[in-house]
Amino acid sequence: MILVLSELYNGKLKKVAHETAAYAGKMGETVAIAFGNANAGELEKLGGYGITKVIHIADPKLNNLFSKAYTKIITQTADKIGADTIVLSHDSTGKAIAPRIAVKMGATLFPGVNGLPENNILRKAVFSGKAFADLEMTGGKTVITLTPNSYKAISDGKTAGVEVQNADIQDSDFDYTIVSVEEEGGGHVPLPEAEIVVSGGRGLKGPENWGMIEDLANVLGAATACSRPVADIGWRPHHEHVGQTGITIKPTLYVAIGISGAIQHLAGVNQSKVIVVINKDPEAPFFKAADYGIVGDAFDVVPKLTEAIKKIKA
Amino acid sequence: MKLLVCISKAPDTTTKIAFTENNTKFNETGVQFIINPYDEWYALVRALELKESLGGTVTVINVGKSDSEQIIRKALALGADDAIRIDAEPKDAMQVASAISNYAKDKNFDIILTGKETIDYNGGIVGGMIAELLDLPYVALASKLDVDGSNLKIERELEGVKETVSLATPCVISAQKGMAEARIPNMRGILASKSKPVTVIEDNTQPKVIVKNFALPPAKTGCKMIDPENVEQLADLLHNEAKVI
Ligand SMILES: Cc1cc2nc3c(=O)[nH]c(=O)nc-3n(C[C@H](O)[C@H](O)[C@H](O)COP(=O)(O)OP(=O)(O)OC[C@H]3O[C@@H](n4cnc5c(N)ncnc54)[C@H](O)[C@@H]3O)c2cc1C
Ligand SMILES: Nc1ncnc2c1ncn2[C@@H]1O[C@H](COP(=O)(O)O)[C@@H](O)[C@H]1O
Repeated sequence: MILVLSELYNGKLKKVAHETAAYAGKMGETVAIAFGNANAGELEKLGGYGITKVIHIADPKLNNLFSKAYTKIITQTADKIGADTIVLSHDSTGKAIAPRIAVKMGATLFPGVNGLPENNILRKAVFSGKAFADLEMTGGKTVITLTPNSYKAISDGKTAGVEVQNADIQDSDFDYTIVSVEEEGGGHVPLPEAEIVVSGGRGLKGPENWGMIEDLANVLGAATACSRPVADIGWRPHHEHVGQTGITIKPTLYVAIGISGAIQHLAGVNQSKVIVVINKDPEAPFFKAADYGIVGDAFDVVPKLTEAIKKIKA
Repeated sequence: MKLLVCISKAPDTTTKIAFTENNTKFNETGVQFIINPYDEWYALVRALELKESLGGTVTVINVGKSDSEQIIRKALALGADDAIRIDAEPKDAMQVASAISNYAKDKNFDIILTGKETIDYNGGIVGGMIAELLDLPYVALASKLDVDGSNLKIERELEGVKETVSLATPCVISAQKGMAEARIPNMRGILASKSKPVTVIEDNTQPKVIVKNFALPPAKTGCKMIDPENVEQLADLLHNEAKVI
């Protein structure tokens, strides 16, 4: 039996919740668990991925991530339903609790895998996306965290039964307090979950020129990102910085504008399915890692591209 | 404050990755090794800043063989007071976390800091394992760490959300960008590092995860260049050929 954590944000299933549910459902008989506020109608949707039952621990204290309390409830539930495999997303929640769960269960942890096991092998990206490692599943209890945007969730529209349960937790399981919560990115899709990312580098000359980046992102329904120097000089917020020392992303489309393509930048984006590079320098190293390229002035090319895409979408 | 910083040895960020022995071993020939950037720039430097403002000690710990000496010396040159090297080949996160926990369990550290993840294994899990093994609170992906009276005030980055968290020591924290600015060791630090103690200890924890082999991603087949005077063609290719929009 598999237990999958279905993450919620403001009462809605996150994109990664669909992905992990579809992944676990494909592996075998799966029960989902969700924490905090959500209406049953939302949680029922998990049935579309072959989930047989959703356990909803509706305590509003669990709306925020508490690594100890989450770990305790998940391991207790796994015991109760006889689950020997736990599936989570390799995001900030999974990273905070999967290692704790693995230790508590005496399980083997496979962090950040890219797909389903094949012949008892799980593949993960290593060396910051420059290579893969094939990890051997040797039996016993297993905890898996799935890299966001690695597994396509396709619902068959069925619904799952939702069972509200109480958890056996004490105040001491909340071993820190959350003082404040601040939304970043103005309600756009969070960068690691975005299917399409439009990214700008130092070639854009200044923060005042990001309007055209945002226009392009808007027609594409994309999130925006940037290179490290752009975040360091304060043109863009730090949470947009992708690369070796920033966020790693895996969108289906990455559009790099005025970014040279330094190896440390590529480390964060090289798992993108399709890469488009717009750069005025034909020698920019990014073209070697790209699928489509335009050698040209971003200030000229980007607005035209936005118009062209608008037409296609119309 | 008594601080412990976990540092791992990682290939320099510009390293070209290749494998030997039938793709079972990372080819270290000609590779420059560094302290894993998250461990150095954020965890270690912030620990040093806290020591400088509040007093206390910073110990660095590494699970590694004698080829870790160089990165340990660098951490000492940056200002760590002493170092522990657990003499074992680091093979997986559980082994590393167990070895570090075995050492730390009776030492009363106030904060154990790790980096967000290693840039070679990209697990991001050693810190959480240490926390569970030692039954300590764990805050992952912290981008800010301040001492606020008897508590710590931490900012952590979740997807699209920044949270401020307050907690008491002892605890485990994983550090990422924002927590501090990288430092460069000065001459005095380098000289002083030579006489700082490095204690080598044994630990026999066995790894759990076995890497069967490595693989390189397929090379890109080449970039299709589009005339800047014909931008519509790019939109068309993305729509009809790549089918990503
Ligand atoms: C240890 C380490 C870690 C690092 N981590 C990261 C990281 O996580 N992420 C990251 O991004 N970087 C990282 N870097 C920095 C990295 O090495 C590069 O310096 C950085 O990515 C360059 O950013 P850029 O491409 O925006 O700027 P530049 O290299 O200055 O490139 C600007 C590009 O814009 C082009 N351009 C200029 N004008 C125009 C125009 N009008 N139209 C179109 N194109 C134009 C230029 O031809 C050029 O290619 C790291 C470096 C180190 C040493
Ligand atoms: N061999 C090691 N010795 C000491 N600390 C380590 C070692 N490996 C990993 N760590 C610490 O654990 C963090 C996360 O590593 P990982 O889970 O492997 O991505 C790193 O940033 C280090 O702080």
